Amino acid sequence: MALLNISGLTTVFETATGPVGAVDGASFTLEAGEVLGLVGESGSGKSVSAFSILRLINPPGKIIGGRVEFGGQDLLSLAPRQMRAVRGKDISMIFQEPLSSLNPVQTIGAQVMEPLLIHTSIGKRKARDRALAMLYRVGIPDAESRFDVYPHQLSGGLRQRVMIALALVCEPKILIADEPTTALDVTIQAQILALLKDLQSELGMAILLITHDLGVIAEVADRVAVMYAGQIVESAPVQAIFDDTAHPYAAALINSIPDRTRQARRLIAVKGNIPDPRHLPPGCRFAPRCGFAQPSCVTTVQKLTALDPTHATACMRVQAGELARPIPTLTPELPHG
Amino acid sequence: MKHSMFGKKLKMRLGGGIVIAVILMAIFAPLLAPHDPYDQDLMSRLIPPFWNAQGDWTYPLGTDNFGRDMLSRLIYGSRLSITVGVAAALLACTMGTILGMWAGYSGGYAETAIMRLADAQLAFPDILLAILIVAAVGGSALNLILVLGLSGWTVYARVMYNMTRSIRERPFVEAAVSHGARSAYIIRQHIFPQLIPVLTVVATLQVAQMILQETALSFLGLGLPPPTATWGNMLAEGRDRMWAAPWISNLSGVAIIILVWGINMLGNGLREHLDPNQRGRQ
Repeated sequence: MALLNISGLTTVFETATGPVGAVDGASFTLEAGEVLGLVGESGSGKSVSAFSILRLINPPGKIIGGRVEFGGQDLLSLAPRQMRAVRGKDISMIFQEPLSSLNPVQTIGAQVMEPLLIHTSIGKRKARDRALAMLYRVGIPDAESRFDVYPHQLSGGLRQRVMIALALVCEPKILIADEPTTALDVTIQAQILALLKDLQSELGMAILLITHDLGVIAEVADRVAVMYAGQIVESAPVQAIFDDTAHPYAAALINSIPDRTRQARRLIAVKGNIPDPRHLPPGCRFAPRCGFAQPSCVTTVQKLTALDPTHATACMRVQAGELARPIPTLTPELPHG
Repeated sequence: MKHSMFGKKLKMRLGGGIVIAVILMAIFAPLLAPHDPYDQDLMSRLIPPFWNAQGDWTYPLGTDNFGRDMLSRLIYGSRLSITVGVAAALLACTMGTILGMWAGYSGGYAETAIMRLADAQLAFPDILLAILIVAAVGGSALNLILVLGLSGWTVYARVMYNMTRSIRERPFVEAAVSHGARSAYIIRQHIFPQLIPVLTVVATLQVAQMILQETALSFLGLGLPPPTATWGNMLAEGRDRMWAAPWISNLSGVAIIILVWGINMLGNGLREHLDPNQRGRQ
């Protein structure tokens, strides 16, 4: 049984013109000890999905359906007090921008101690020791003397390490990392990813890694779920996503990675934009941008269906065997617009 | 850009000096006052201050209509002004801050109820409300503190409400929620500390407002009943003899002005000192 089982998760934002769906019936699982990458472009609903797991959606946002099963209970139906006991202890989260996610007027030591003081009844002195040990563990050199500094005194890479220490100090079973390396430069990115991978095997936790960077996915993920317009369109082991791509959107995303062996003048972009969530296409949401779309794609609602025990896609034509896998990476002439 | 005439340091020193001097005066009134402020001596009524030809150094600032020493009454009068001003500002500050943070953090019904109540109260002049209540329950130091404190909370509530709303949206608050912190913990640990600088400034300026309102109520006969020495009472008593003995009103008026000016000076200095946009200037 999966550690975290998300099914039919639906989150909407109330607007003056009615509710707008950000996540629409997303289903995926996270197994103990694995790294699941959740990819998609901006606005695909990947961050909202992650925030929905911990019920961190603030009004006007609202989770209106689905289940988030963890440890035999549905997190969405827990009382607020029970939910608080899960946050930071069993499931914790790190954010995109470490500077703004740390309190500017508290020392980093005090902040790393915070989850311990909230979730355990160990005294301040023991909490300090554990926080300090955690700061060393995430690779902060000379953490002892940095314990009482403020976030603005640290570099971006160290701040993200502090965030990681803060998230892991209670040794959670699941870490949700929302674009943890986006705000960092490339060399620091690699270090942080390596650190996450190390800590993951050391602590035996599962990581839900949200990113738009397929390079990051290739580096650390075990499994991948591709999200488009609030829905999961493909889910597969990381190797299969690249070698046996089964959804035209995933293929287009992979195709847009700059390739240094190809002498292309221009980057190959996925044409068009993500659809306006207020005016979604009635059938397949990717159909208007898809090079393989047929009239039936535009009208038929498509469901994520397993091709084999580990690989699922929401593309009707792949399910029917009409498209060869992997989907040809150089897609034929895309419609303009 | 031309700087204001007073730099923030000078403002804080001058304002702080005046405030500290008046507080010390209030504390050590029995040691400082040359006479008993309530000791009537009808033989020495309406003696003018020393700078007048008829003045007398026994009563440096003269005497009032009942022959009571003006200097001693002024010194004792500072006690009520300081006590009521500070206590009322603290009461208003505590109440307004708690309600404002609550409204700003939780939103929903609490926000609507608290902020609409504040709006309703702001639509009604504070002093009028205070007059009504004091007229009904009678004047005593405690009543004055309660009335002024309860009518002054709206200023804090509005400032704290707006600041809490903007801080609540910052990612570190969301991060604290994701660590499992309770709302009360977040307000205490993450929001309140950021409000302290603004709170200090507003509270300081508010003390001056409270003192003015207290004097106004005393002047209208709604403060502590005579013969209690308060600056407002003395101002009112001197009104009948404005031509014959102008010093009674003038001296109590000057005392009020100096204290209020000093507090405002301190408050403005603090504001400039704590405002990051002003950092580095002068």
